[in-house]
Amino acid sequence: MDIFLQQLINGLTLGAVYALVALGYTMVYGIIGLINFAHGEVVMIGTMVAFTIITALASAGGVPTPIIFGAGLLAAVMCCMGLGWGLERVAYRPLRHAPRLAPLITAIGMSILLQNLAMIVWGRNYINFPQMIDKVSYEVGGAIFTNVQVAIVLTAGVTMIGLLYLIFKTKLGAAMRATSQNPHVAALMGVNINRVISLAFIIGSALGAIAGLMVGSYYEIAHYQMGFMLGLKAFTAAVLGGIGNMAGAMVGGLLLGVIEALGAGYIGDLTGGFLGSHYQDIFAFMVLIIVLMFRPSGLFGERTGERA
Amino acid sequence: MSNMFKMPGMQKYPVVGLILVAVTLAALPFLVAMTGGQAWVRILNFAILYIFLALGLNIVVGMAGLLDLGYIAFYAVGAYVWALLASPHFGLHLPFWVILPIGAALACCFGVLLGSPTLKLRGDYLAIVTLGFGEIIRIFLNNLNAPFNLTNGAQGITRIDPLTIGDFSFSAQSSLFGIDFSGPMKYYYVLLLLAIFVIIVNVRLHDSRIGRAWQAIREDEVAAKAAGINTRNVKLLAFAMGASFGGIAGGMFSAMQGFVSPESFSLLESIMVLAMVVLGGMGHIPGVILGAVLLTALPEALRYGVEPLQHMAFGRQLIDPEALRMLVFGLALVLVMRFRPAGLWPSPERRRELAEKEA
Repeated sequence: MDIFLQQLINGLTLGAVYALVALGYTMVYGIIGLINFAHGEVVMIGTMVAFTIITALASAGGVPTPIIFGAGLLAAVMCCMGLGWGLERVAYRPLRHAPRLAPLITAIGMSILLQNLAMIVWGRNYINFPQMIDKVSYEVGGAIFTNVQVAIVLTAGVTMIGLLYLIFKTKLGAAMRATSQNPHVAALMGVNINRVISLAFIIGSALGAIAGLMVGSYYEIAHYQMGFMLGLKAFTAAVLGGIGNMAGAMVGGLLLGVIEALGAGYIGDLTGGFLGSHYQDIFAFMVLIIVLMFRPSGLFGERTGERA
Repeated sequence: MSNMFKMPGMQKYPVVGLILVAVTLAALPFLVAMTGGQAWVRILNFAILYIFLALGLNIVVGMAGLLDLGYIAFYAVGAYVWALLASPHFGLHLPFWVILPIGAALACCFGVLLGSPTLKLRGDYLAIVTLGFGEIIRIFLNNLNAPFNLTNGAQGITRIDPLTIGDFSFSAQSSLFGIDFSGPMKYYYVLLLLAIFVIIVNVRLHDSRIGRAWQAIREDEVAAKAAGINTRNVKLLAFAMGASFGGIAGGMFSAMQGFVSPESFSLLESIMVLAMVVLGGMGHIPGVILGAVLLTALPEALRYGVEPLQHMAFGRQLIDPEALRMLVFGLALVLVMRFRPAGLWPSPERRRELAEKEA
């Protein structure tokens, strides 16, 4: 039972990160219907920028910890917002009316570009997160969790509530929802489509930057290739929930994190030691395939016809 | 007949054109070896292997319109079949005419295995499931060294037998009619023959009843069904055909390299093959071939070209050449799609459609 609780807590932490990244995929997909394959790279850049700022301030000394963190987060968010905006302008906007697979290839090109740019700037080696938070562990029912995990889950929760407010209560949110339903009609109603699309990229990238700092402080390590698997998992989470659906991305992310953690904890027992915990990554994809077999548009996705 | 044989010069003097092409192709490895050494002959061989892969994926993505991001899994199946049946790992050394059909058949089975649960899925949902499937295969290859050692895990399988026909080995140097043939050169001729076979099969498929059924499904699945096409079987057939091409290419890869490991079958490889298909001109066979050759040669050319350029510009090595070469590669992908969204050499019909849309 304590393994169950422990893995549940670990899974929720990881799931919160997946959910934030998945929101970036799903917002873009919901509005213009394409997979932003470079989103994982945006998250990676966010982590790297945050690390650089935090390390610099921490070694300068005399700056209180919350300010260091705030500065790192702010720098990462600003940087990623600019990156998301630029990405849309360079790789997606010129191809909006091109065949469906063309933007996929530009996205892959941008992804390769950003990865190698990061390697030139930050080097090939793993970068360690500066040791500056005092980790406090709590124990509940035999399971241990740290204050870092609590902070991750809380931050993710607040961010998501803020996003939901933005989407469902503000004028900009209404414009976004209108664009995702029908861009042409939305444009006739006076919505500036280009601005809405740019904002979807910018907001998604900001969420990615927050997730990047979270994942960095959780694992205390960063690497120029980290965005790839993280992006892949988050995209899986978005599809699991039904891509284009906000609530779906959140639930999908949490669900994927929990399934992965529980799967890794129990696979040895379930298969009598035949398969070990290094099959963790398989779970995400297995669950995805099984869910999509029975619900071809994800858990919360609407049944849509073939896009023309 | 496909447009491939309707080029202006070829229509007038088909025999002359064909002979010219044949002579060029036959002399190519020698020309390449003279200018760039054996390393470039090897790259040439890889270009042909990628042509196989790109043409196989073109059946699934280009003709049938099913976005497959896990195609490299079938290549991996073919490669591991060869590696297991012709290496000291299990002590088996079967001849190629047994292994290649087994590899193709097994890859074909995996294609159906992937295809059958995904028949209902569309577009991007299909893409992510195929991607997951590719990753699952790779993870299994990486971890199946326990409890029984099937794939030797991340170390991979070494000392794989080269291709041999009778007593004639394709790996060693040998001379024929007084001309020295190196190992890679001999593989080139085998691959070339296979490539010609694969291209002919693809051209014939493209305009066959099945090929037209695939294209009908790509354009509109509901209408295709209404027109009496058994969409389920035809889609499965696309997966199976594409996969078996991948399996054959994988077998040849194993024999050529003498070594396989799960690292060679990452998602990036799937993406590369997809990039070849899309960049070249989806669904158009000459375009796909062009895409495969270009995307194989470009990173290699950059590998040799980037470093001297850096020395010229800065006087010393300023940036990691490996990173710089991939940087340029990524930029090239973006720029090509930016200015030629239908690919470098799209089919005439496709180009017409795009022109109509813009007008």
